[in-house]
Amino acid sequence: MVEFLSFRDGDSAQEPAVTVEAFTGQSNATAVRIEPGEDARELLPYLDRLSLVEVNFPGFGDGRGYSAARILRESGYRGELRAVGDVLVDQIVAMRRCGFDSFHPAKPLDDGAVERALTRYADVYQKAIDDRQPIWAKRHPETING
Amino acid sequence: MYRYDSYDQSMVDARVEEFRDQVQRRLAGALTEDQFKPLRLMNGLYLQLHAYMLRVAIPYGTLSGKQMRKLGEIAAKYDRGYGHFTTRQNLQYNWIKLADAPDILAELATVEMHAIQTSGNCIRNISSDQYAGVSADEVADPRPWAELLRQWSSFHPEFTYLPRKFKIAVIASDDDRAAMRLHDIGLKLVSRDGVIGAEVYAGGGMGRTPMVAPQIRDFVPEEEIVSYLEACLRVYNRYGRRDNKYKARIKILVHEIGVENYKRQVEEEFAHMRTLGLNPPTEELDRIRAFFAPPAYETGLSEDIDRSDPAFALWVDRQVAAHKAPGHAIVNISLKPLTGIPGDASAEQIELVASLAEQYSLDELRVTHAQNLVLPHVRKADLYAIWQKLDEAGLAEANLDLITDIIACPGLDYCALANARSIPLAQKIAQRFADNERQAELGELKLKISGCINACGHHHAGHIGILGVDRKGVENFQLLLGGSGAEDASLGQITGPGFSEDGVVDAIDKVTEIYLAQRESGERFLDTYRRIGMKPFKEAIYG
Amino acid sequence: MKILTGNDLVTGDVIWWAGDGWSRQVGDSADVGVHGEDLARAEEAALRVVGAYVIDATVTEEGVRPAHIKDRIRALGPTVRPDLTLKPNDADAGNWVI
Repeated sequence: MVEFLSFRDGDSAQEPAVTVEAFTGQSNATAVRIEPGEDARELLPYLDRLSLVEVNFPGFGDGRGYSAARILRESGYRGELRAVGDVLVDQIVAMRRCGFDSFHPAKPLDDGAVERALTRYADVYQKAIDDRQPIWAKRHPETING
Repeated sequence: MYRYDSYDQSMVDARVEEFRDQVQRRLAGALTEDQFKPLRLMNGLYLQLHAYMLRVAIPYGTLSGKQMRKLGEIAAKYDRGYGHFTTRQNLQYNWIKLADAPDILAELATVEMHAIQTSGNCIRNISSDQYAGVSADEVADPRPWAELLRQWSSFHPEFTYLPRKFKIAVIASDDDRAAMRLHDIGLKLVSRDGVIGAEVYAGGGMGRTPMVAPQIRDFVPEEEIVSYLEACLRVYNRYGRRDNKYKARIKILVHEIGVENYKRQVEEEFAHMRTLGLNPPTEELDRIRAFFAPPAYETGLSEDIDRSDPAFALWVDRQVAAHKAPGHAIVNISLKPLTGIPGDASAEQIELVASLAEQYSLDELRVTHAQNLVLPHVRKADLYAIWQKLDEAGLAEANLDLITDIIACPGLDYCALANARSIPLAQKIAQRFADNERQAELGELKLKISGCINACGHHHAGHIGILGVDRKGVENFQLLLGGSGAEDASLGQITGPGFSEDGVVDAIDKVTEIYLAQRESGERFLDTYRRIGMKPFKEAIYG
Repeated sequence: MKILTGNDLVTGDVIWWAGDGWSRQVGDSADVGVHGEDLARAEEAALRVVGAYVIDATVTEEGVRPAHIKDRIRALGPTVRPDLTLKPNDADAGNWVI
């Protein structure tokens, strides 16, 4: 079973993540944890000193964390972005596309199911945060690549 | 019509295999029902009153004869010989076995169809005008946009776990045949200085808190529609309510924070998103558009229709609409036979309509949000032959937009959410008003029935609407007047205390009498209601 | 009485707990007393039923009658398609529902 999944090179951050409130109120923490109702943009002034952002999914159906992840990546965050909580195997691919590069699900995932999920779809329809070329770009290589 | 390329096909095929894997995990006990439910819903599979129910998407309501035939084959092979066309341009099978669902999806994939995102808190099937491409007054065919958005919304990485379901409609005519402003987002294509773009409406919807969507932008150019919609959805995904599923639709967000505030947030997000390269190049919309190029219509055709058969002449007058090409017509096929079930079609009827589409309509047909079918490209010279075949199959009812052309949800006969039965009531009303002259006298009168507050039967948007409720375990029906889902969109008002099934039929009778007594020349029921208000109707019903 | 109903996991058929297994006929329903919830969870875990729930019912001359119209429609089938109900040859079967 998979307890922790990382797509990053090198070690994952070990520092315990603090709340957004604690993080913005003190200067030395480098890991923070975002809850669903919190505004990821509050972290934008501090991206340089962050090495880990955990985005919590208390329930798999609450999709606010997908937007939080994308906002951080769109704003240039390069550190570790970890999905924690009720993270299901059928959600890993979409989360990867939104910029998550590590996963710490509350319930361990089945290895085979993870492997199948990651390789299931050869292509994607949208441009997102990952470097996958959307289908529309593949259809028009001359336009996209100049 | 749009055809899949190898990319589209591989996406749909992968979804079939993914679902097969999910079903196997469920049947093997590796997934509990709590875990499986959101997965099956995301692929349109419900557990309903009598069995599993599968909802198949008919994107923007367009399909080929071959696709239609496949729908009929599936009805015969895996279901009980029929399917139900819904108010969102989908088809539902009512008697599906879980173990068969992956095979059904595999069969659908062979004809470029799917059930992707026909349920769940995600972006649903994109709906459109059933006359797209054939009505004379549209600024452009809206379907290329709808197809672009179908692809954009399929497996969207950020917007698959929204606060609630999300429905988008695209139209391009001043006549709104798709209830555009009763969608979470409605797009109306317009031309500005020769450039096509979209007016955007947000926050419409029915359900327990119906709202007509306000306009939030008067023009989004086609090359930026994807990034603009991403901005709309992101604001909703972040701030839509998640504490109460009944307040989670975007209409509540727009209402609670105010349309100006929502607009401002969308514009801020859009300013950011338009820099991210999210929009497909214009070549992509051009590629899709090429599939929808107007067919090479035959020219030099006769405009004459032999009206010597009175039953045929009546059907022509009621079911046939003007086509933009000379010598051609649009045929509306009623799925509202007076003693039938609104929206239901047997496998044999589906097969017949598939054949008619192939033989007479350039291999194309449409489904409408009013639960009827359309043959969009018919030569006037073929109308009589088509009518004869429809008549033999029980599909020649002549009641388009009349009081017996009733929209009805499946109601308590099929639906686990329903409080009352919609279909038997629809049948009683249809029989009460069956007389042809009486229907003609009443003219356009859109009657819509929902079996519960979720409003799948669009009761808020009916000129006459009916809402079924549960009163201490007994079916009870509330009556609404004055709604419209068209370009003059409005929400119906409840007349007062509810009725029994027979009582509501009598009340409608009285309502129509007031209309006939009070109408001025040229007024539809809705016009008279708007002019004279609720009071006279209320007095007649309860007085 | 309290009876237990749900849908067959594989076929989706409406089924009723008959004391020693599941039946498609509501008339076979057994009184589950206070054990309905436990039975429901156990049978769900055994993959024999999905969405099981306990309802009130009475015994009448015609047999077991669920208290709520929704469950009576589940027991019979769609009232607008008598041919698809469990009593396709009984023209008046729909009256039992109301």
